[in-house]
Amino acid sequence: MDLSYTPEEEDFRARLREWLAKVLPGLPPKPRPEDWPGRRAYDLGWQRALHDAGYADVHWDASPTVRLIFLEETERAGAPYVGANFVGLLHAGPTIAAEGTEEQRARWLAPILRGDEVWCQGFSEPDAGSDLAALRTRAWRDGDDYVVSGAKIWTSHAEVADWCELLVRTDPAAPRHQGITWLAMPMDAPGITVRPLRTLAGSAEFAEVFLDEVRVPVANRVGAENDGWRVTMVTLSFERGTAFVGEVVACRRVLGELARAAHANGGWDDPVLRRRLGRLNAEFRALWRLTQWNVSEAEGRGVPGTGGSVFKLRYSHARQELYDAAAAVLGPDALDLDRPWVLDRLSSLSYTIAAGTSQIQRNIVAERILGLPKGP
Amino acid sequence: MRFQPTDEQKALRDGMRALLARRFDAGALRAAVAAPGPDRELWRELGAAGFFALRLPEAEGGVGLGLPEAVLVFEEAGRALLTGPLLATHLAATDVPGAADGRTVVARADGGLVEWLAEADVVTGDASGAVPLRSVDPLTPLHRVPEAVSGPPDPVAVLLTAAEQLGTATRVCELAVQHARTRIQFGRPIGAFQAVKHLCAEMLVRAETARAAVYAAAVTADPLDIAAARLLADEAAVAGSRDCLQVHGGMGFTWEAEVHLHLKRSWVRSQRAGGVTESEEMLAAELLG
Ligand SMILES: Cc1cc2nc3c(=O)[nH]c(=O)nc-3n(C[C@H](O)[C@H](O)[C@H](O)COP(=O)(O)OP(=O)(O)OC[C@H]3O[C@@H](n4cnc5c(N)ncnc54)[C@H](O)[C@@H]3O)c2cc1C
Repeated sequence: MDLSYTPEEEDFRARLREWLAKVLPGLPPKPRPEDWPGRRAYDLGWQRALHDAGYADVHWDASPTVRLIFLEETERAGAPYVGANFVGLLHAGPTIAAEGTEEQRARWLAPILRGDEVWCQGFSEPDAGSDLAALRTRAWRDGDDYVVSGAKIWTSHAEVADWCELLVRTDPAAPRHQGITWLAMPMDAPGITVRPLRTLAGSAEFAEVFLDEVRVPVANRVGAENDGWRVTMVTLSFERGTAFVGEVVACRRVLGELARAAHANGGWDDPVLRRRLGRLNAEFRALWRLTQWNVSEAEGRGVPGTGGSVFKLRYSHARQELYDAAAAVLGPDALDLDRPWVLDRLSSLSYTIAAGTSQIQRNIVAERILGLPKGP
Repeated sequence: MRFQPTDEQKALRDGMRALLARRFDAGALRAAVAAPGPDRELWRELGAAGFFALRLPEAEGGVGLGLPEAVLVFEEAGRALLTGPLLATHLAATDVPGAADGRTVVARADGGLVEWLAEADVVTGDASGAVPLRSVDPLTPLHRVPEAVSGPPDPVAVLLTAAEQLGTATRVCELAVQHARTRIQFGRPIGAFQAVKHLCAEMLVRAETARAAVYAAAVTADPLDIAAARLLADEAAVAGSRDCLQVHGGMGFTWEAEVHLHLKRSWVRSQRAGGVTESEEMLAAELLG
């Protein structure tokens, strides 16, 4: 058992720290949440800065440990979050890298790394959420194109995306998992209507995407026709890897701020509240160690293991508890949207739903790790 | 960063598991309920295997290993529900003659409680005025020390207790899963029902989160990491044992099934070394830093 980093890794950390200290003060002010073009420009600008400094592909080519250090240090320094680059860097990009042709990699990967193009993920549908394989958006072959009709929902960043990684049904007669195809759809194609959906936090983070005979070149298909389910599973395994490293670091910082706020407003004198914060300290320390555990395991195998589901279950719950504790510290101010943490408390509610609900994660843990009988 | 146990560490763990499977199997556990022991012969065997002398330097006749190795063998002891004042004797290896090789059984006054006082050869700490109580755990005889003044908890005691709790958390998850796979109701294994399946999944999540915390604390030996590990491991052991009981249905409520022994032992351990509140307060204070 060893938690130390190699000299090369420590060197990477030191150089990254130095660079962050240099560039972060010169960053433009953060755009307001409802300023979509501003957010797009800000997130892409940050990716471009990373690219120019040689950090662009840390999500893909670096070892899991270097990725861990990168995410830890950028969060510590208060650097921007991946934001609109999330799908490009963490879903679509890795999928294309693993499954795409030479031409496809050349066409799509460089713009993602350079911060030129934004991707969104069109997987979920009104009737296909947890049961993703129930998706019904249809695609027909017509010459060199697929013609796509259907509806996607909960598509994050759809309003500002250039591309959509789209799952479509190409063979309705085949067994559910065998008739699905993965397409890269240009978001400016005729026939696409994006209707923003307001979240319970008041902002429009995701959208409905209606597709009415949208033409997508066959050349934009990644993997074989009807092999999209397998291609997709590659993507999802990336999603459950190191995606939350920065957030754990951030939660630990918030916890310190909460303690100081409680100390200032007298809440600290209440042993119940104090110990609740102490317990959360234990929780996030443990989550950090669990992250290191998973990274160290991935280092041995190259791909994230089932540990990702264990982590996600525990983390999404802990994050909600953190912001519930924040509300306890704030007292009546917890009802004031202009107070710190109040919006974070609202958005934390999505963590047990997005990227596989907690119930689905428990099924995965029980069936794939513990070997209990499969459900329906 | 190679966080997972090394091959040597795994061999040590497997060796301890094999020894306990041989010397403290289900039959021995049941026998211990009637006559808790400790089994002196087994105690000397544990001594010979280095259980108590593990962290003593080789120059002093010890094994010369560290906290990570100690955590692994204590986890095995917890898993097997091994009886006797293991922690007290291990902690006394330096100071009490005969403790290191298992000839002397040592009890230890801890807060207001002493485990195994009457059975031990030596007691460390202040146990004056100790009175026996009717222990909730049939496998841990207890004395109460009404006037005890407790100092700050020894971090090593906290960590090794957490390691035992981790062993319990792992074991009860295995027991629950075994039962859920084989018990048939409504024409299928009960583990096919999500209400049962999800209990098992949560048991694993708690155990694995605790494992990362306990092993990391063994590496850093940082009192705050140790306090965190204890909170996670206590929770994993106590909640895990209760869920295991639930998964066993009526059988879980019997004296016969071993489930209650895990729950009761995990209750005993959560009282040790300052208890849960001490660790919570320490971790709270750190936040103000
Ligand atoms: C903030 C946010 C961003 C998102 N971004 C995207 C995105 O960019 N692209 C995209 O494609 N999708 C996105 N999603 C969609 C997300 O993946 C789905 O919401 C999620 O998979 C759940 O699907 P659903 O909403 O249809 O709920 P449902 O599947 O209808 O689930 C409803 C309830 O039933 C439970 N349930 C369902 N099936 C089972 C089962 N077998 N066993 C036990 N319980 C079950 C669920 O756990 C849940 O509690 C996003 C969601 C959120 C909240």
